Amino acid sequence: MAQTKIVLRNCGFIDPRRISTSLKRDGFKALEKARQMTPEEVIKEVKVSGLRGRGGAGFPCGTKWEGARNSPGEEKYVICNADEGEVGTFKDRYILENDPFTLIEGLSIAGYAVGARQGYIYLRHEYHYLLSLLEDAVNQARQLQLLAGFDVAIREGAGAYVCGEESALMESIEGRRGEPRYRPPFPTVAGLWQKPTTINNVETLMNIPQIILKGGGWFSNIGTERSKGTKVFSVSGDVANPGVYELVLGAPLRELVEELALAPNVKMIQIGGATGRILPYELIDTPLAFENVLGAGAVTVFDKSRDVIDIVYRTMEFLAEESCGKCTPCRQGTEVMVETLERFCRGKGSKKDIKALEDLSNTMMLSSLCGLGQAAPFAIVDTLKYFRDDYEKRTLDN
Amino acid sequence: MTKKVTFHSEVSENLLVVLKEAQAKSGYLSPALMIELARSFDVPVNEVYGVASFYSFLNIKPLGRNIIRICRSVPCYLKKNHAIIETVEREIGIKPGETSPDSRFSFELTNCIGLCDRAPAMLVNSDVHVDLTPSKILQILQSYK
Repeated sequence: MAQTKIVLRNCGFIDPRRISTSLKRDGFKALEKARQMTPEEVIKEVKVSGLRGRGGAGFPCGTKWEGARNSPGEEKYVICNADEGEVGTFKDRYILENDPFTLIEGLSIAGYAVGARQGYIYLRHEYHYLLSLLEDAVNQARQLQLLAGFDVAIREGAGAYVCGEESALMESIEGRRGEPRYRPPFPTVAGLWQKPTTINNVETLMNIPQIILKGGGWFSNIGTERSKGTKVFSVSGDVANPGVYELVLGAPLRELVEELALAPNVKMIQIGGATGRILPYELIDTPLAFENVLGAGAVTVFDKSRDVIDIVYRTMEFLAEESCGKCTPCRQGTEVMVETLERFCRGKGSKKDIKALEDLSNTMMLSSLCGLGQAAPFAIVDTLKYFRDDYEKRTLDN
Repeated sequence: MTKKVTFHSEVSENLLVVLKEAQAKSGYLSPALMIELARSFDVPVNEVYGVASFYSFLNIKPLGRNIIRICRSVPCYLKKNHAIIETVEREIGIKPGETSPDSRFSFELTNCIGLCDRAPAMLVNSDVHVDLTPSKILQILQSYK
């Protein structure tokens, strides 16, 4: 199956340093059209589209914007989350490198819909080499008077995976440690500087101009029942063709991994990065959609030479290091998981350890303050389900 | 804990922005510098230290002129980042976490930098180096003074 390029339609066809090349391909026409609609009509179009967040959580975009619109106050903010720290994810990097203009347009439409005069792009520090390209793109849009009273500022991170979490991100913009907040209140009620705020992923915002130009109905006809539109996947690992691929939601994993990325000899696939799900090769026909497995679309492929316990250990090492430390279940839980897995790596695990990992997983999923701790156990839970032998072979009571 | 709540987007009132600027000027965030910032922000020292120590690109110990950050996450691991790490160790003579005696290089392992399609990858300062092989390392390092 071929790719369907909605988000990536301009990538490779425009010069990311020159806005004129974007304007030739309908750049900023959607913003112009949106400004002739009411903000409520814009939001309605996004709701009809069924667009869900593309950063991993999949929250309905129109509902989020509506929440911020309906919150009282003159001072509101819209933020683009360009922190992209999830392991194996690089689609936003690719988008920023190739088409910053559509992103700026999408963010501007968000600003109009919500009633925000200021937008921020939170750019991870590791993408510092993209800063001047982005700033330049904003300047060009500003100079051509395309933004009309809306302004975009770029704020950089400083190296913290957890700052991809929306409330930690806001803490970081405010100059503090990137520790998530207790919710409620949610950002649309009290967000950046306690004002109504929306935070959307880069890819989510990239969909907005086409939705405005072609209508929400057009978008809702693409994809599945609960996953509308396309998804941009980042494929890496044991594949011949790593890279970025855009497929209609609901496409089977096999199409992406075997037909497009050319993976031979697959053992398992991690979908959604370190906090993602793990599927064995037997489930390669699983449709890629929110209904099944998706996350932000990082797809890391492991061939038959790879050791399951080793991969899960390294995944937990990452999460334990990046845990912000605020809440006990995650701070202590990820550390215990690493220590336990390290024992399995050395062949010194036990049946008690397996039970402890299962109990700990349930506790962390229920009680962690943010998605990092809530999803940290997934690699363990999934490999215990599909590769339990690998654990049992590494126990002393074997 | 005292929290200075900034209701403005004024960057001069933003501790993280100011810490990054101070680091760009002074190379790293020394205790003396952090104490001075605490004074000017009118917050306890632990709050400045708390922000400085939280982020991996903020340095609370002196680092070399050039900072090598090799990705150690799973996709780069699958593409033999070990060979790159060992080559850099051999070429500069220091291990991850260390700084060369002439202060030319500091060497760190970092988490996923979003270059997995071009793995194994590293950053030197803000420069991206991808599709790495041991044979490419010497020339890359030589270009940094």
